[in-house]
Amino acid sequence: MSDLSWVSETQEMADRIRVRGFDYVMRNNGGYLSQICSSAELFALMYGRVMKLGKSDAPMIPKPFTGVPSHSNTEFFNGGAYNGPVGPEYDRFLFSPAHYALVLYVALIEAGRMSAEGLEAFNTDGSTVELIGAEHSPGIETTTGSLAQALSQAGGIALARRLRKEQGRVWVMMSDGEFQEGQTWEAVQALVHYKLDNVGVYVDVNRQQCDGAMNDVMQIGDLAGKLNAFGARAFDVDGHDLEALNAPAELQPDGRPLFVLANTDPARGVPRLLNNAPVLHYLRFKSEAEKQAYQQDYQQMAEGVAL
Amino acid sequence: MSKPAVRNNLVVRPHVENFIEWSIDKPEVVVMTADLTNSCEVGKWRDTYPDRYFSMGMAEQNMMGFASGMAREGFVPYIHTFAVFIYRRPYDQLAMSIAYPNLNVKFMAFLPGVVTPGGVTHQAIEDIAIMRATPNMTILDTADATEVESVLDVAHSINGPVYVRMLRGEMPRLFDTPMEFNKARVLQQGKDVLVLTSGVMTEEAIRATNALESKGVSIKHLHISTLKPFTDPAVLEALKDVKHGVITLENHSIIGGLGSAVSELMTDNNIAKPLVRLGLKDTYAHGASYQYLIKEYNLNAISLVRAVESLLDIKTNLTEADLIEARTDDVTGDSKAEAL
Repeated sequence: MSDLSWVSETQEMADRIRVRGFDYVMRNNGGYLSQICSSAELFALMYGRVMKLGKSDAPMIPKPFTGVPSHSNTEFFNGGAYNGPVGPEYDRFLFSPAHYALVLYVALIEAGRMSAEGLEAFNTDGSTVELIGAEHSPGIETTTGSLAQALSQAGGIALARRLRKEQGRVWVMMSDGEFQEGQTWEAVQALVHYKLDNVGVYVDVNRQQCDGAMNDVMQIGDLAGKLNAFGARAFDVDGHDLEALNAPAELQPDGRPLFVLANTDPARGVPRLLNNAPVLHYLRFKSEAEKQAYQQDYQQMAEGVAL
Repeated sequence: MSKPAVRNNLVVRPHVENFIEWSIDKPEVVVMTADLTNSCEVGKWRDTYPDRYFSMGMAEQNMMGFASGMAREGFVPYIHTFAVFIYRRPYDQLAMSIAYPNLNVKFMAFLPGVVTPGGVTHQAIEDIAIMRATPNMTILDTADATEVESVLDVAHSINGPVYVRMLRGEMPRLFDTPMEFNKARVLQQGKDVLVLTSGVMTEEAIRATNALESKGVSIKHLHISTLKPFTDPAVLEALKDVKHGVITLENHSIIGGLGSAVSELMTDNNIAKPLVRLGLKDTYAHGASYQYLIKEYNLNAISLVRAVESLLDIKTNLTEADLIEARTDDVTGDSKAEAL
C-alpha cells in the first residue's frame, strides 16, 4: 500500500485555497470566485505534490513594481523567483490563464512561498500582485494574459531543456477556454512533432468562459479525444479527486506531451454561484442581500478550516 | 571566407554561405522557420547544423512562443520567414511573448516592401511602422550584399529583439564597409537638399544623385540602416545644416517608416524645413515586378529627380535616359526566388 497521507494534506491545502480566495473576494466586494472554486484542488496538487520546485528566495511580501523589462531597466524583477531557482533538476511552472492570478497567489501562500500579508497589495496601484498578472507578479515567469501563449512558450523552454539534457519537467496550468484559440493547437502539434514529453499540462475544464457556458459560446467538444488524435497523451479526470488528478503525473513519460483534463465544478463549495448561470466568470454582487448570503456561505465554508 | 558568386555585377545569395560561416563559433544560434526554409536561404544552413534547425510548420503564432522559450533558456533564435508573417499574423505573440520581455530573438524578415511580385499578401509595406511602435524592438534594414552579410554582427550585438529587413537572391554590392549600428552612411556630401534613403531605395537614389549634381544640384545623401533607434547625431546635424529641404525615399508606406521618423526628429528639434516623403502613399500594392511597382508608386530614381525639382522649384530636364541604367532582374534565373 502506498502512503496516501499526502492526499489529506493536499486536500487541506485545497480547502485553505478555497477559503482564503473566497475571503478575499468578499473583502473586495466581488472577484473571480468561480475559478477559485473550480481549481483549488488543481493548484494544491501542482504546488503540493506534482511540481519539483526548489525553495523560493523571493521576498515573502512582494516588492513594489520596478518597471517593465527594457534595455535600460536593470531593476526588473521576474515573478518566477517565487517558484524557486532555475536549475536542470527543477521543474518549471508556466501559468497560462492570467485571470486566475488570485488563485495562484493564494496557492503560493498555502505553499509557503508568499506571506498572507502579501495579498493585501492585490490589485492596488504600484503593486506587482496584479489583478491579471504579468511576469513581474508572484509565481508568474512569463507574460500570458493574452490567452493561449504559455503552451508555446513552454514548448520552447522544454525544447531548450531537452537539448541540454535536463531532467526537470515543464508544467503548464491552462484553462479550457484556451482550447478555442488556434495557437493552442499549433502548440500541441509542435509538442507532438518534437516529442516533448517533458511538458505536462493541467487544464481546469470548468466549461465556463467570460461570456458564459462554453457550449453556448463556442463548443470545443471532446477535448481528450481531440488531443489524443493530435498525438498527445490526454487523460480525463475528476478535477476534485486528488488521487485521480495526480495519477497521470506519476506515469513514465512516453514521448507524448501530457495533458491532464481536470473536469471541475465551477461552483464547487459555493453552489449559490449557479444562480448566476450561465455567466460565472466574475462575481459582482447585485444587492446587499446577495452579498450577505455569500458572506454566510463563506462563514460556513471557513468553519473548521484554519488559515 | 568564401566569396559569394557574382553575376552581371550582382552578388548571388550572399546570405547562404555567410550565415553558415558566421554561425560556426556561435552554438547559441538556432534557426526557426515556418515552411519557408529555402525561400529564406537557410536550406544549406539546416543541412550544415541539423541539430540547431527547427522546422515549425505553417504555424507562426506558435513559432513566436517557441522562440520566446528558447531565448529565455539562453539560445538566440534567428527566425527566418517572410516579413508579413512576422509582424502581421502573429503580432500579439511577437509583442507579448518576445518584445515585452525584451528577449533575444532575431527576426530575419524577407520580402520587404515591393521587392516581390507576390502581391499584397507577401509585401511588407507597413512593417517598419508597426515595429517602430513596438517597445524594445530594434529595426535594421539591408540595402546590399555587404549589409546582408554584416547585419548579423549588428543584430547579434543587441541583447533584445531585432527586426531585420533582409534581401535574398541577387543583389548589388554598394558598400565596402560593414553596417554600423545607428550610424548613417554618407554617400554624397552637398548642401542644398538632404536625401535620406533606406534599404533597396538607396540603390535607386544613387542612380539619380550624380545626374542631379551634374545639373548643379548639391545633394547630401545619407543611407539609413538603423530605423530604430533613430538617434544618430549625424542625421540631426544634416537636418539642421541643409539649405532648402529634405526628401525621404523608402520601400514602405510613408506612414510610420523612415519619412515619419525624420519628420518626428525634425519636429522634436524645431527644424522647420520642407520635407517630402516618397514611399507608398497609404496604399497597398499588388503583384508585379519590382521595376514596374517602383515606377507605378513613384519610388524610382526619376521620382526622386522630380521631387528635387519640385522642392527647389527648378527644371533639370533630366529624363530616365540620363540616369544610371536600372538593373533588371532575371525573373527566370536560377538564383531567383524559390517558390513564394
